[in-house]
Amino acid sequence: MKPMRLSIIGFGAVGQGVARALINKLDKLKKSGIDLNVVAISDSHGSCVNPEGIDLEAALQRKVETGSVATSKTSSIEVIKDVEHELMIDVTPTNIDDGEPGLTYILEAFNRGRHVVTSNKGPLALKYRVLCDEAKKNGVRFRFEASVGGAMPILNLAKDALAGNRIIGIEGILNGTCNYILSRMFEEGLAYKHVLGEAQELGIAETDPTYDVEGIDTACKLVILANSIFGMDVTYDDVEITGITKITAEALMLAGAEGMVIKLIGEVRDGDDAILRVAPRLVPKSHPLVVGGTLNVALLKTDMAGPISVTGRGAGSMETASAILSDVIAIYKSSS
Amino acid sequence: MRFTRLKLSYSIQEHILMIVSMDLELKDIPGQLVQALIPLSKFGANIMSVIHHHDERTPRGNIPVQVVFQLTNGKLNDIIDSLEEVGVRIVSVDKKHLYEEITVILIGHILHSDLGDTIDQIDKTGFAEVVNLSLSMPGIDEPSSASLVINAVGSQELQEALGILKRVAREKNLLVIEPIEKDYPQVYK
Repeated sequence: MKPMRLSIIGFGAVGQGVARALINKLDKLKKSGIDLNVVAISDSHGSCVNPEGIDLEAALQRKVETGSVATSKTSSIEVIKDVEHELMIDVTPTNIDDGEPGLTYILEAFNRGRHVVTSNKGPLALKYRVLCDEAKKNGVRFRFEASVGGAMPILNLAKDALAGNRIIGIEGILNGTCNYILSRMFEEGLAYKHVLGEAQELGIAETDPTYDVEGIDTACKLVILANSIFGMDVTYDDVEITGITKITAEALMLAGAEGMVIKLIGEVRDGDDAILRVAPRLVPKSHPLVVGGTLNVALLKTDMAGPISVTGRGAGSMETASAILSDVIAIYKSSS
Repeated sequence: MRFTRLKLSYSIQEHILMIVSMDLELKDIPGQLVQALIPLSKFGANIMSVIHHHDERTPRGNIPVQVVFQLTNGKLNDIIDSLEEVGVRIVSVDKKHLYEEITVILIGHILHSDLGDTIDQIDKTGFAEVVNLSLSMPGIDEPSSASLVINAVGSQELQEALGILKRVAREKNLLVIEPIEKDYPQVYK
């Protein structure tokens, strides 16, 4: 059993979730033959490095107390370049303008022969093809289950569990914030602005909710699905996007009178009638795509298995860490 | 909040698919069934089912027969006349029109962007029409919401009508909310 050394680049909610998940799971994983060891963690202030393995509890404690995990000024890129490890976990924030800093980190990790697991949508939505080519060129693995649907397994479901099927199309609710807002508007007959305020108060929506409510986040996830499952070569700019900001309580009421609800649906379909679209859509109340609260859901249409739907928590630090850990384990197994 | 529900009148178009179910009575002599089916084929009906109740007799001593057929040319009256000419007794006729139907939601300044024109753009196609409209107007300056039911003679025509609605809505700055795909694409063709 060969240990695999990991770095965690980015130590916000998701990075800390990964650390907590590892604290909980390392012993169990070791017993089942998976030996993981975190040798570096970095955030925007600096990093902590220990080739023997970092005390994750202490790192989390330090983050809470000082606001940073850093014990030295060593930057993220220096960690990726200079610290010996096999797998880099990129959990830096998504940036849809240029994909940075994640894009540079991932490319550098490939360049150094390190596998990469990421939850970061920016680089994937902008430079998917480049990233895959670079990973291949350097003979390393690149996995990103956490970038779409949080805990909900969708990429690995389509690629592994449904291997052999042709995936004809995918429709889904890929943003929990929008789903929360539309569900509450529908249930309570409340106006958009009111529910948005409520969601912000609960921490479900950001202070600047643009990224979620304008459908940008859903579009990024759709691009990742389109590229990785359908083998398309598309970017964020190819998606037709309509957000939920214009949805009225009355529209939801009228939909309800017809036995339907309104959901922000991301839709990707291949072939002659290819579609790459994010838009509010009418969905029959009894349809599998109708899930409440902040849940995410995806419906995969396949040629052999027929329709397959999967639902789960689309965000949250431990939920996202679950998807990241599954990718790390998959890489460990395939490279040992 | 004002809430209006309008039931719009609509004309049944001749080329809309019609499913007709007829109860007939035939005399108990050879060749009667063929006699009864000739008018159907003559006027272009597509026969879906014929049930010939050999063992039963009506009070008049005739054999009851049920036929179900599709008609796309509106020539039902010609068929009825023709059946009566050859002496077939028609006990009942039940017809059902089949349309493709879609419900969409519109949001924006629906009334002030000439609702009549929006509907007219669909209706004047001749193959599709707005058959139901529910409108909700919460306030003068606030956007209205409406649900629209559109019928068309076939699914392709329905998609075309939806395309027209989306174009008009874009021009008028209205948001169109469409239903998700109804059916799974056919595979193993």
